[in-house]
This record gives sequence, structure tokens and C-alpha cells, in this order.
Amino acid sequence: MLNPDAKLVADVFGKDRELKPTRDGFGLGTIAAGKKDPNVIVLCADLKESTRAEWFEKEFPDRFIEVGIAEQNMAALASGFASVGKVPYIASYAAFSPGRNYEQIRTTIALNEAHVIVCGMHAGVSVGPDGATHQMLEDIGLMRMLPNMTVLVPGDAVEAQKAVELAAQMPGPVYIRFGRSPVPTFTTAETPFVIGKGIELWRSSAPKVTLMTTGALAYQALEAARALEADGIGSIVLHLPSVKPLDTEAVIACARATGRVITIEEHQIAGGFGSAVAECLSATYPVRVTRLGVLDQFGQSGSPEELLAHYGLSSAHIAEVARLEVGK
Amino acid sequence: MALTDEDVLLLETKAEAIRETILDMLVAAGSGHTAGPLGMSDIFAAFYFHILKHDPKNPGWEERDRLVLSNGHIVPVLYSTMAHAGYFPLEECLTLRKFGSRLQGHPERLRLPGLETTSGPLGEGLSQGAAMAYAFRMDGKKNQVYVCMGDGEQNEGNVWEAALWAGKYKLANLTAVIDRNNIQIDGMTEDVMPLDSLKDKYEAFGWHVLEVNGHDMRAFITAIDDAKSIYEKPVMIIAHTIPGKGVPEIEFDYKWHGKPPTAEEAKRFMKELRSGAGRVPNEYA
Repeated sequence: MLNPDAKLVADVFGKDRELKPTRDGFGLGTIAAGKKDPNVIVLCADLKESTRAEWFEKEFPDRFIEVGIAEQNMAALASGFASVGKVPYIASYAAFSPGRNYEQIRTTIALNEAHVIVCGMHAGVSVGPDGATHQMLEDIGLMRMLPNMTVLVPGDAVEAQKAVELAAQMPGPVYIRFGRSPVPTFTTAETPFVIGKGIELWRSSAPKVTLMTTGALAYQALEAARALEADGIGSIVLHLPSVKPLDTEAVIACARATGRVITIEEHQIAGGFGSAVAECLSATYPVRVTRLGVLDQFGQSGSPEELLAHYGLSSAHIAEVARLEVGK
Repeated sequence: MALTDEDVLLLETKAEAIRETILDMLVAAGSGHTAGPLGMSDIFAAFYFHILKHDPKNPGWEERDRLVLSNGHIVPVLYSTMAHAGYFPLEECLTLRKFGSRLQGHPERLRLPGLETTSGPLGEGLSQGAAMAYAFRMDGKKNQVYVCMGDGEQNEGNVWEAALWAGKYKLANLTAVIDRNNIQIDGMTEDVMPLDSLKDKYEAFGWHVLEVNGHDMRAFITAIDDAKSIYEKPVMIIAHTIPGKGVPEIEFDYKWHGKPPTAEEAKRFMKELRSGAGRVPNEYA
């Protein structure tokens, strides 16, 4: 059953549900943050249209800074801006930032505890036709390993906007991951979003498995939970947009309640969100954790739907894995 | 403000004291870089005892000028200079590179007040200084930003990304200094990866470039003053220096880039330093 406290959109499974890319939340969130704090600035590495940095530029032309195709410079610039009181968001594709500029982020931002918000767009295989070079699958791992770094992976455009706005108000460096393709908007302005907290989207009366998700695959997990329910298999969908800090309390509680956990992410299965969940549970409440993600390989060109299906991340695949797990 | 002969002598005396402390620190640490710090002692004396608007008792003072050390491995010269300027007690210099010390092997901003950033991985300081200069200009503030870089560091692509950016935005409140000592770890810079002409390169990137003898106090300070009068571009000062300056037996020798002297060598080096050019007052000899 959908969790009423999550205050999700009215007809979450309806055919006319809204589809929007999470990057739209970056555009709207930076404008809102910029209105609240005159020190907010946005830097972009020659991708202002597709990252939605352009939306901020239109509102605050003097606070938008074009860096050119130079992600290393962009990260180190942001550190310099932060050291004199600016609140910089840096926007590029995740494959380049934090892919290209990892060391600049490590030394000048994370070690300096600089309040820089690194915004990685076009993450995951759902980038689609651009292919493996642009489908970043290692960024959650790279970023969550860095001390001082907060890592957020919002599930839809509404949640993304909240993450972007909140990031301006917290200290230290933050990484936020966004996707390219339109995805269903399932949360509303009233859906709670707290950094360090997860939220149950679905809970059956006798749940046998927990589907733990981060990012837009939360919606695929919701669809899977509905299909499982129809088969008489109860589940919980625990959405964890805050990968670091992780809501360990909720993770442990759900593991206790169901005894079986499946993690779902658009990322390599090594080092990412599923690993974070497994690290938590292995030390606290060891249960079987099945990690769904990309299995130690690169992506390829295709439509987002084809690719999610190919890499085993569609709702049908998630439900199938859950059936197998529950049957064990 | 015109520099008197007395001013120059005072700055040269400070530079010698900074060099002596560098030798003491490196011996105590048992590791670290020797050539670069000795080579930059004159320039750091000029910055902290003449050029910078700063307050050692109030390192977070908002109106201070910013000096960003990009080539973090020469940090012994910065620590030594800061101690002599009164940021922290001179004795603390002997904790360099030791467990629990604020004086990390490469500088960490959060550990020691007065450091403007964390550095060591090369090529990142120019970006940070350029951003500070841009932000000060956005806010109508008068703070001047200085960045010190190495010449070997110019191999890094990030440097040229930053150079393009600072050139594009005509950051006149930014002055960078390259320690042109012609050595890097693996050998002479022109053998490892030729850099000449650095002047032509920076000019092509939209900078105004000055070249000076980095051991001539008057020439360096004049260049810094000249840089202030260039209000349409960022300024690069290529400071030609001698690695290991002050200790003739190691001068120009790239093998001293990344190692410290032994206690015995340091004794000999100290003698060489103290006999140098007759500039050092008797009390130090």
C-alpha cells in the first residue's frame, strides 16, 4: 500500500502522470536558492542548456559564470569562490564532473571542506543514445568515499529541486546526481525530504522483502511492489535519496521487518548505493542483500527503456528478482 | 612607497632568517623539499614583510590580501615566513611533518590559520586565486590576490584552463608568480617537458607578463608595483630564481628538489648561508 505519510501524487500509477527529468529540479532549485541567498552562483562547463544552468542565468545573469569545457578548472574555481563566501553550484555531466575532475574535488573541495555543490547530470544508463562514454556509473562510489561529502540522488524533479535548495543551506561539500531522461514525478511539495532520512513509499501488511532505492528507479520499484502485491507478495519500498549520510535506522528497521533486502540503483553494483546498504547491514543486522545495478560493465547506446530492461533495472525485472528471493 | 636601502637590507635579513629556519625544519622533519623553499625565500620575505596587506594576529581578517600557494611542496618557506611574521611561534616550525602537527607535509587550510588553501597536487592554485579575484571584483572589494606557482607545475593542464579563464575575464586584481628555477623532480624542466617561452604562452592567453630576478628585492617589489598599474589584464611575474639559493654547494642541482639535508649537511649548509654575500648581520654569524 502506498504510504499516505509520503504524500505522493494523487494517481501515482496513472497514465497521465507527469514526466520530467530530474535536471529540471536543478534549474528551478538554483533559482530558488539564488533568491534566498545573494551569494549563490552557478558555474557551468559549456553545457548550460542541457544542465538547465541556463535557467539560473536568465534569472541572475551576473551570477552565472561560464567556464568553458574545463571541468578541472571549474572544480578548483568553485573552491576559490567558496573560500571568499560565495555558494557555488558547479554543473556538468557526471562523466566529466566528478569523472574528469575527481582530484580537484578531493583536494580543493572535500579536504578544504569547501561549501561547493557538485551537480552531476546525465548519470546512469538512462542517458540513452549518447552511449557508454556519457553514461556515468561510478559517481556515487567516487563521491561517497570522500570524507566530508554529502551525496544526494533525488528520485524525481520535485525531489531534485528540494535537494538543490537544501544543499545551499548546509555546510561543506555536497554531490547531487541527476538524470537526463524524463521520469515520472511521484513526490509532491508536501513529501518530506530531509538529508539523512529515507522515506517509505510503500508498505504491504505482511512485507517479505524490502526494495531499497535511490534516484529515479524508485518509481520502477513502486511499480514492482504493486505487481508483487497482485501476486500476493508483500513488500516495502524504502526510498533513500540521501546516500550519505544514509538513514541507517530506517535501513535496519526494514531489514528486521522483512529479512530480505534488494537494492536498486543505476550505477555499478560495486561501491555505490547497494554497497552502502550492505556495509550498514553487515555490521548491524546481517540479512541477505541482493544488489541490482550494472554488473561490472559499461553502458551502450539505446533508448532509456531498452537500456533499463537490458541491464535488469526495469520494474518487471525487479519484481522477478523479488519473487525469486522470497521463494528462497 | 619608495624602497630605501635600509628597507632592502631588512628584507634580505628576513630572507636569510627564513632560510635558516627552513634548514632547521627540514633536518628535524627528516623529509621534505629543500631547493624550492630556499629559492623562494626572498620572494616570501618580500610578500609577508612588505607587499601583503595582512595581520598575523588576525589571520581571518576579511580585508586581507590573499596569497595562494599552489605548489604546496615548497610549504617550508611559507611556514618559516609565517612564523617569522608572527602567525605562530618559531619553535612550532620544528614540528613540520610530524604526527599531530599543524604543519602538515603539504599545507592544509583547515589545520593552520593563515593558509588560504590546501595544496600539493599541482596546478590548482591559479584556479582558486582567479576565482577569489573574480568574487572580489563582483562584490566591489579591493583585496588583491597573489598566486605562487612552480615552473614544473606548468606541465599541468589545469594551469592552462585557469590561465584561459583569468585572461577571458581580465582579472586585473590577480597577480601570479612563477618560480622559474628550471628544475623539477625528474630533472631540468626543459628536458622533462620544455616550457619556454612561458612569457609568450601567457601573453597569448591574455596576460601581461613581467620577468625579474627573483632574488633582487627591489626588482621584485617594483614588478609587484608595476602589476598594480596594469588594470586591464591579470599579471604573471616570471621570477627567475636559483634552486637551493644561499647554499652554493646545492644551488642549481635538481637532485635537491625533493630531499632534506642530513644534520651534518645542514651544519655545513648553515655556514654557507651565514657567510653569504656579507648581508647577514653579525648576530647571526
